[in-house]
Formats: sequence, structure tokens, C-alpha cells
Amino acid sequence: MLDIINVEKTFNPGTINEKKALNGINLHLDEGDFVTVIGGNGAGKSTMLNMIAGVYPVDCGNIIVDGVDVTRLPEYKRAKYLGRVFQDPMTGTAADMQIEENLALAARRGKRRTLRAGITAKERKEYKELLKILDLGLEDRLTAKVGLLSGGQRQALTLLMATLKKPKLLLLDEHTAALDPKTAKKVLDITEDIVAKNNLMTIMITHNMADAIRVGNRLIMMHEGQIVVDVKGEEKKKLTIEQLLQMFEASSGTQMTSDKVMLSK
Amino acid sequence: MGALPGSVSQGLIWGIMAIGVYITYRILDVADLTVDGSFATGGAVAVVLILNGCNLWLAMIAAFIAGLLAGAITGLLHTFMGIPPILAGILTQLSLYSINLKIMGKANQSVNVNQTDLLISLRWVKEFALHNPLITVGIVLVVLIAALYWFFGTEMGCGIRATGANLNMSRAQGINTNFNKVLGIMLSNGLVAFSGAFLAQYQGFADVKMGQGAIVIGLAAVIIGEALFGKIFKNFALRLLSVAFGSIIYYIVVQAVITMGLDANLLKLLSAAIVAIFLAIPYWKKQFTEKHMSHSKGGKANA
Repeated sequence: MLDIINVEKTFNPGTINEKKALNGINLHLDEGDFVTVIGGNGAGKSTMLNMIAGVYPVDCGNIIVDGVDVTRLPEYKRAKYLGRVFQDPMTGTAADMQIEENLALAARRGKRRTLRAGITAKERKEYKELLKILDLGLEDRLTAKVGLLSGGQRQALTLLMATLKKPKLLLLDEHTAALDPKTAKKVLDITEDIVAKNNLMTIMITHNMADAIRVGNRLIMMHEGQIVVDVKGEEKKKLTIEQLLQMFEASSGTQMTSDKVMLSK
Repeated sequence: MGALPGSVSQGLIWGIMAIGVYITYRILDVADLTVDGSFATGGAVAVVLILNGCNLWLAMIAAFIAGLLAGAITGLLHTFMGIPPILAGILTQLSLYSINLKIMGKANQSVNVNQTDLLISLRWVKEFALHNPLITVGIVLVVLIAALYWFFGTEMGCGIRATGANLNMSRAQGINTNFNKVLGIMLSNGLVAFSGAFLAQYQGFADVKMGQGAIVIGLAAVIIGEALFGKIFKNFALRLLSVAFGSIIYYIVVQAVITMGLDANLLKLLSAAIVAIFLAIPYWKKQFTEKHMSHSKGGKANA
């Protein structure tokens, strides 16, 4: 379960660059919910994910993951509960380290790092099997530096790392946006596979409206730091892109001009 | 040629120091200037303890611990007080100058090899015995490389490497990046001080200025090692070894140019210039390829 209770965040308060990024967000997710998040630039989508992950402190409100109030925990301690994949393929992996080393780091998420071996022979076998499932040819390149991989391969690897230790909540911040369409589809397929297999509670930000409608069991739309649309279950399945655009205009009171282009792509 | 064993000995001693620099500069991706101070701290601690009749290896360990503490100060200045790492290092380095004076009671303190037993001395460089610096420091260097190879393969060591490689990813994977930065800087300065303790015995004195410009010599060793052996030495232990080789080569070259008649006063200028050029080469290379790419391919391909 995830509860976001009345979370607010203002960047650069008291300056001319003051920006209210989150304006009293409330969100409740149940076990196994897969939520897609859409909204224009500056709507607060990424900020919401970063607040959950603890990248910056919140101004007020509470974030409760699986019954634990994580609001005051530093980012690295919250990592115990969270799996994260970022928009930039460079962010989620260590380029200078080997594929298996990256996976081994992820396997120890939430555990104390001791003087035991950083990676064991048993793990290597497991990773090989897991990489085989990705079907990207990575299973034969365990000791290759991650910096040698393509963006799509890196995102798939980051996904595997984020879910290697089953997280309470998986956060996907436009993780296919930097990829070409074919690779993006492949990474999204892998995402759906992994989420379904592990029955993961997931929040996925996307710019692709069709994906937002097709994937997951719930869709929320954000605007100016608030959740303005929240569609679930059967209603979501029947949703069309046109309806979604209308909903946006109705709730935000603005025409979707530049956003429309981006969102409907 | 008569000076060769001496140059190699110095290179070996500074090689330990350079491995310390490698840990911050290459693994943690931080240029830590504490080393100029902690190198002298190591020498000062060892010499004073030896003069007071302390066991030699115990004095070496004490020097190592003093270095760890110096590193901890810089690490905390950076992580706890938010001071940029370079400035944090400079602050510690400066304060260590006073501390080193206090440790020794004066600007330099000598240990006479005729009166005191020492682990190594430049007087023994041509002797075939264990206390020949080539042998003692050589063995210690190999042991240290083995220990570091083991350590950086552990969960904790991998945490330090990940911290240096990618902060965002590290935190997302539950790694306390601040703790690991402090740990890495401590380990680095521990090695640097250990190396300073060897040099003080080798030359027969510790001096508050003995670490002046140490960071540049350390960087020179790292860069020379990478330039000459980077293509063939991929394994982590071999990379550390290449840093030590880099240091040895640096001292052989220095000895050679002095023998050829270079004014020794110009040595530091020369060292700095060499390091500056070698640091610039990868940058120039990148600029050149990017220019070249944008002309031929119309920008970097996005995979």
C-alpha cells in the first residue's frame, strides 16, 4: 500500500523563481495497483516520484509506504522499499562497473553492506538466467562494462535491478522516453512482464497517451501540482485519447496546446 | 645508473601514496588535496613514535591511523558541512600544517639510522638484505595491492566504487553515499600517511613541507601508469600496480633529467606542466571527436 497525504512542495521559495511543484497531493494505491501518470511539462509528475523516493524533502504532508512513514527517511534508506527507473538511461546504472556488479549492488538493496564478497558464484548463475529472459543477449556479457550497452539495454538492466529484490513500490519516471520507438516498446513489454510476474505496485509516468490508457489498471492526470483526473478499472479500459484530452481541458480549464502535441504523440 | 636503486625506492614509496590518490581521484571521482598534509602527518607521527622507542611496525600503523583521521576530517567537511571537496581538502591540509608542527615540536625532526633501528633507509638501497627499501617497500606494496583488491571486491568496497561511479544510482540502490565518500577519503589518506612514514625513514627525517605538491606527484603517477599500461592492465589489481609503476617511472625520469643538468629548482614546475598536459589530453580528444562526429554524422547517435 502507498498513501500520499496532502504533500506540498515549493521550489526556490521567496525568490522570483518560486515554483509550486506539488499543491496538496493525495493518492492511495492498493497492493498490485499499476498506475500510469500523464500531464504536461511542469505538472509535477516527476516531482511526485522524487518526493516518494526522497530525492528532496517535502514541505508538508506524509508519505507512507507499506505502513511505514518514510517522510523523514533519507533517500538511501527509502530505497529498501522502492525500485526506480529513470528517464535518462545513464542515471540508473554505473557505467564504469560490470553488468554483474551492477546487479549485485541492486541485490543488496536494503541490506547492510559488509565485508562479505560483493558478488558470489551462485549470484552469477542467477543473473545469467534472469538476463536470458530479457532476450537482449546480455547473458553472455556479464563482465562487460555497462557503459558499452545501448540505452535500451541499460533501461532493461535498470528495470531488472529495480525489481531484483522485490520492491514494495516500483517507480518508473518516463523510462522509455529517451529510447527509439522500437526499443521503447520492447522495454515497455519487459516492464509489463516483470510487473505482472511479481504483482508489483507500480507508478509509471509516460508521455505516450496510448500507453497510459493501455497499460495498468488506473490512470491519473496531473496539472499544476495536483491530480486532476483519476480513472480506474473498467472506465479506464474504455477510455480514448480524445476523451482524455477533453477531461484535461475540463479539469484544468486550459486548452491543451503544446501539451496536446506532446501527449498525443 | 648508480642512482637507479634510489629512484626506484622513492618511486615505490610514492607508489603507495599514488595508490591513495587513485582511490579518491579515480574511484571516488574526487580530487582530494588533503594528501599534501596527511603525507607529512604520516612521516611526523612515525618519526616521533620511533624516537620514543615505539615498535617500528606499530609506528607505521599509527601513521596509517593518523591518515585515516585526517581523511575523516575532510570527508566530514564535505559531506556533513557541505563544503566542496577541493576546498574541504585544502582546509584540512592547512590545519594539518599546524598539527604536524605540534606533533614534531618543530619544523623537522630527524631519525639517525646510526642511533635508531629503522625499517628502511636510503643508506641500504644497494644492500642485499630485507631492510633494503626496494625489498621491504616492494613486499609491502604487493601486500597492500592484494588487500585493496580484496576490499574493493567486498560489498562495502563495491559500495564505495558505486558511489564514485553514479551517485543517483547508488542512493536508489540503498547506498549511503555520504558515508562511502568519507570511508573512501579516509582509506586514501591512510595509505598516503603510511607512505609518508616510509619516506621519513628512508630520508632520515620528517619535515612539515615533505608533502608539498604530493597531489601532483600522485596524479602524475596515476596518469603515467594509465597512459603506459591502461591498454593491457584491465584487472583492478593490475591497475593499482600500474599506478605504482607510474610512480617508479616518474622518479626515474626525474632523476634522469636532473642528471642531464636540469635545474632542480624547476622540478615542480615541470611536474605540474606534465600533469596539466596529460589531464588535458582526454578533454582535447573528446572535443576533437565531438567536432568530428557532428560534421560527419550530424550529431551523436542515440541508441
